[in-house]
Amino acid sequence: MATATRAPAGRPTPAGGTPGGRRRRSLLQRRQARTAWLLALPFLLLFAAFTVGPVFASLFMSFTDMRSTDVRTPFAVDLAGFDNYTALFQDELFRKVAVNTAIFVVVGVPLTMVLALAAAVGLNRITRLKAFFRLGYYLPVVTSIVAVAVVWRFLLQPDTGPINQLLSVAGIDGPDWLGDPSLALPSLIVMATWRNLGTLMVIFLAGLQTVPRELLEAAEVDGAGRWQRFRHVTLPLLRPVLLFGAVITGVGYLQVFEEPFVMTNGGPLNATRSVSYYIYDQFSFGNYGYAAAASYVLFVAIVVMTVLQFRLLRPKA
Amino acid sequence: MTTYTPPPSRVDDADAMPAVGPPRRDAERSPSRWLYVVLTLGVIVMALPFIWMLLSSVKPESEVRSIPPTWLPETFTLENYGELFDRLNFPTYFLNSTIVAVVVTLGNLLFGSMLGYALAKLEFRGRRLVFVIVLGTLMVPGMVTFVPLFVLVSNMGLTNTFPGLILPYLVAPLGVFLMRQYFVGLPDELIQAARVDGAGELRIFWSVMLPLAGPALATLGILTFLTSWNNFLWPLVVAQTEDKYTLPVALALYSVGQNATQYGLLLAGAVVVVVPVIVLFLAVQRYFVQGIAMTGIK
Repeated sequence: MATATRAPAGRPTPAGGTPGGRRRRSLLQRRQARTAWLLALPFLLLFAAFTVGPVFASLFMSFTDMRSTDVRTPFAVDLAGFDNYTALFQDELFRKVAVNTAIFVVVGVPLTMVLALAAAVGLNRITRLKAFFRLGYYLPVVTSIVAVAVVWRFLLQPDTGPINQLLSVAGIDGPDWLGDPSLALPSLIVMATWRNLGTLMVIFLAGLQTVPRELLEAAEVDGAGRWQRFRHVTLPLLRPVLLFGAVITGVGYLQVFEEPFVMTNGGPLNATRSVSYYIYDQFSFGNYGYAAAASYVLFVAIVVMTVLQFRLLRPKA
Repeated sequence: MTTYTPPPSRVDDADAMPAVGPPRRDAERSPSRWLYVVLTLGVIVMALPFIWMLLSSVKPESEVRSIPPTWLPETFTLENYGELFDRLNFPTYFLNSTIVAVVVTLGNLLFGSMLGYALAKLEFRGRRLVFVIVLGTLMVPGMVTFVPLFVLVSNMGLTNTFPGLILPYLVAPLGVFLMRQYFVGLPDELIQAARVDGAGELRIFWSVMLPLAGPALATLGILTFLTSWNNFLWPLVVAQTEDKYTLPVALALYSVGQNATQYGLLLAGAVVVVVPVIVLFLAVQRYFVQGIAMTGIK
């Protein structure tokens, strides 16, 4: 800190006259504080209006019967206590979308993690073409989900889609990937994995590069095989990175919305409708208070999942 | 691990060792070929949809739907692109996407680095609290703020306007986090020297420190631009007439509307959405990968 060498942080400057040195310091501190608030103000105003405010407004709305007709008078709505929450848990569709979302997380997170880790370990070994491979695996991450959906919907078409055409060459009668209620969700999970594994791969790769070479060499000298070195040296050192990867992927998949929205419209038979999709639907129906309650349930689910992941994956002391 | 290790795996290990130190055997210099084969197969799976999209977008509609599908275009045509830009309003959508993404990026660069610098280098009461509040919102799912934001923007009369599309995204915690991390790493002596030279605090930020933050600004700029360019849900509800659509919104609506069966056209639309970000990504991927690692590890 700029002044930390002379003035301890945060200590209020003594009021009144003090000898020259200290007076200068207090002047500098005051000037710094003024500049700091000046620099912080634009961000904080926008952030308060468009992020912090809405977070609390949403909590308030979740205890009201607010509907789209109340948009102009958002504070004239009636309090509804926990009505929205009780209605939510009694709604069979909400239970269905909660299960769909849970499946997405429970299957999707490990799948994405394992494939990303495998790709990262592979890339960490090679010397040539490393940048090319990294780029290739990362490509789907930077592209628009809507554009990707146009392509995948065509690729997955039951009769004319290239994937089923390819399968038919091998003598396999390809299914209706997105139209079959039991296959639609798995298909979306695979697509989400394809789209997201690049992010985790880059993070894991950065983590792998911090594993000290000497440790691996020492283990090798002791006769540890490749798998043993990976299992007992690399993996434990990677734990914080794996935890981080599990958290961001889990948080992302719990909020899954765009994949079903652009690929299947939540169908068939709500087989791919997610919690976020349900919230969006309630918003479109005009049930604002109810949608806000559902969004807070999702918020709590995210916090609970993250705490669980920390419990499970935290590096042991 | 001093137990027995089977000899074949020893050979594999040697193959997998990177080229460091004096080579003991020729085989040790390069990783096994199988690794390259597997990685190549993986890359093909990752990139194939994009290659296929590019190739199909220059085929006539009849060829896009031909059974069995052709791989390389038998007839090369730009008619799909012609239709996008002449009959459909893609130039407008492209412009809208660009305006929104550029303004959002500039806002995040400016406001994010201002607060990031204050948090990193200036003493003020409430500093820690501000930092905790800003970072605390990272865990909040987008759906929580979605409904109140729409109510707010409606009441401000900003639906179907550029400010309505831009304002909610003008600042974000990521920018503060990235810029603060970077400024913390810059030496305090620079600031002290500038103070001795009589520079004001704002001037020190603007003319001394900010120019040194190039790499962090580049990282933040790219991350923000890509996120904004690909943003879908908010523009979908805020943009209500065609002249305000961004590219993803337009493409999504066309793919369910009367053009839904014109695959060549939709794929060309997808190319228009995807190719600019891929080009941008290729041009600056060094910063991008740095950014992912920075936000990930630190």
